[in-house]
Amino acid sequence: MSARIAGFGATALAALALLALVPRLGNAYYLALAISLLQYTVLATAWGMFSGPTRYVSLATTAFFGVGAYTVAVLGEILPWPLVLLTAAALGAIVAGIVGLSTLRLSGVYFVIFTFGLTELIRQLVVWFEVNKSRVLGRYVFVNITQADIYWQLLVLTAAVFLLGWLIARSRLGFALRVIGEDETVAKHCGINTTFAKVALFTISATVMTLVGAIMAPRWTYIEPSIAFNSMISFQVLIMALLGGAHRLWGPVLGAVPLTLLFELLSARFPNTFTIILGCIFLLIVYMLPRGVAGLFEKLSTTAGGKPTQRVAA
Amino acid sequence: MSQDSGTPVLTISGLRRAFGGLVAVNDLDFTVAQGEIMGLLGPNGSGKTTALNLISGVLRPDAGTIRLMGQNIAGLASYRIARLGLARTFQLVRVLDGMDCRENIKAGLAFQRPHLPASEAELRIDTLLDRVGLAGHDRRPAADLTYIDRKRLELARALAAKPRLLLLDEWLAGLNPSELAIGIDLIRALRADGITIVLVEHVMSAVRALCDRCIVMSSGRKIAEGATADVLSDAAVVKAYLGGVAVDA
Repeated sequence: MSARIAGFGATALAALALLALVPRLGNAYYLALAISLLQYTVLATAWGMFSGPTRYVSLATTAFFGVGAYTVAVLGEILPWPLVLLTAAALGAIVAGIVGLSTLRLSGVYFVIFTFGLTELIRQLVVWFEVNKSRVLGRYVFVNITQADIYWQLLVLTAAVFLLGWLIARSRLGFALRVIGEDETVAKHCGINTTFAKVALFTISATVMTLVGAIMAPRWTYIEPSIAFNSMISFQVLIMALLGGAHRLWGPVLGAVPLTLLFELLSARFPNTFTIILGCIFLLIVYMLPRGVAGLFEKLSTTAGGKPTQRVAA
Repeated sequence: MSQDSGTPVLTISGLRRAFGGLVAVNDLDFTVAQGEIMGLLGPNGSGKTTALNLISGVLRPDAGTIRLMGQNIAGLASYRIARLGLARTFQLVRVLDGMDCRENIKAGLAFQRPHLPASEAELRIDTLLDRVGLAGHDRRPAADLTYIDRKRLELARALAAKPRLLLLDEWLAGLNPSELAIGIDLIRALRADGITIVLVEHVMSAVRALCDRCIVMSSGRKIAEGATADVLSDAAVVKAYLGGVAVDA
């Protein structure tokens, strides 16, 4: 087992080193595409870390992404960059903690609607604050961050998210969340503090999303609430994670990569009908691949004679 | 501490819970001694499951105290009560379908304090699988199990934490006669280990075979309490249960 982990770790490090070379290609289009791929990979993986095991469908991705982006817009020129990122992460964690404590008692559709409403609420609060207090409609982001810097930061964050997700899946917290996802009543009677477990993972996942927003912010030179809090991000991340399979750590990336490429193609070719096509794709995914691409792989390997095994350390 | 055999495992007094105008549990009192199997009987809707839900923290009582090993647990969250040594099964069997049998049982012991070392936990899971008759099924998904095997797995999960008190909510319901015999033997074997049990049950042969004492509820109130044979022949009980015919199933 540990030999397998070591081998896997070495492969991952090699892949990481190769991916780090992408900005050296010198092609601005490929770099921009690679940034999009990493952005959605991290967002979808972070989404799956919480929503996969608990089966709580969150549409709050945009809210945290936007909090991160706006932190940069406000503090980017005032604080050194690492401090800006830390502040963004802290803000994201605080918002997630408050939201988590007040909403994770909700279940099913109520939670979905609340998280969607939350995004709108935060966006409106920012608009209100900017118009009435700061007296600006948008903000310019002048920080000394290149596209390559954005890419490398996202790459580090991607590696961190996978490492974190792997550690959580092997931890008692990860096991607790799987039990909660299976049956919350049973979980409580097994001695699981379900509220704590859910809020903890929701906060971790949201902090990562906030960091993505902060890292991505310098990509735009001008930010306004409708850009930072674009609710399409929530839906796209949801679709990607579901396509890939949110019940596995490596599932969402299987959805994020093909769909980012597809969105890129569609939004360039069919700018006006893009959202209609997106809706149809979503329907198809839910009907054809209820357990995502990861589930499809597992099914294929089971029918081929292999048995999917999953062990969680005690 | 209050672990001597003199302290009742469970002491309930003045327990009350209403839903709107309906008083589901009304001024309920009883105690369960160490190692005892107490039957909780009564027709459907008499408040038995509400009582179990109050004891296990699913519902908060409007009034009254519930003492587990002397400590008042009324109104505590379920997970705290579970960590204090109370385990239960459910009227409609609940296993974790997306997990295998080993993981199902692990869910029962992984969150108890203090945490067991991994090797000891695995050993206990093996013992429990063997004990409930699921040896060799440890990697089988719970979703593939037959009805009685799901019941066995649920029982194993409840036993995993070595509970001081086990609440069985119609655990024997829906079993065929040969399965019922197996189930009765299984619960009887638990008594031999000194596990204290509160048994909500409609299967009278099982109640006679297993329970030391019984209490009978009707419309939220306790209408009888005593040794099993005496209670089942009590006139008020017979009337509440079967409208006058002797209780003998």
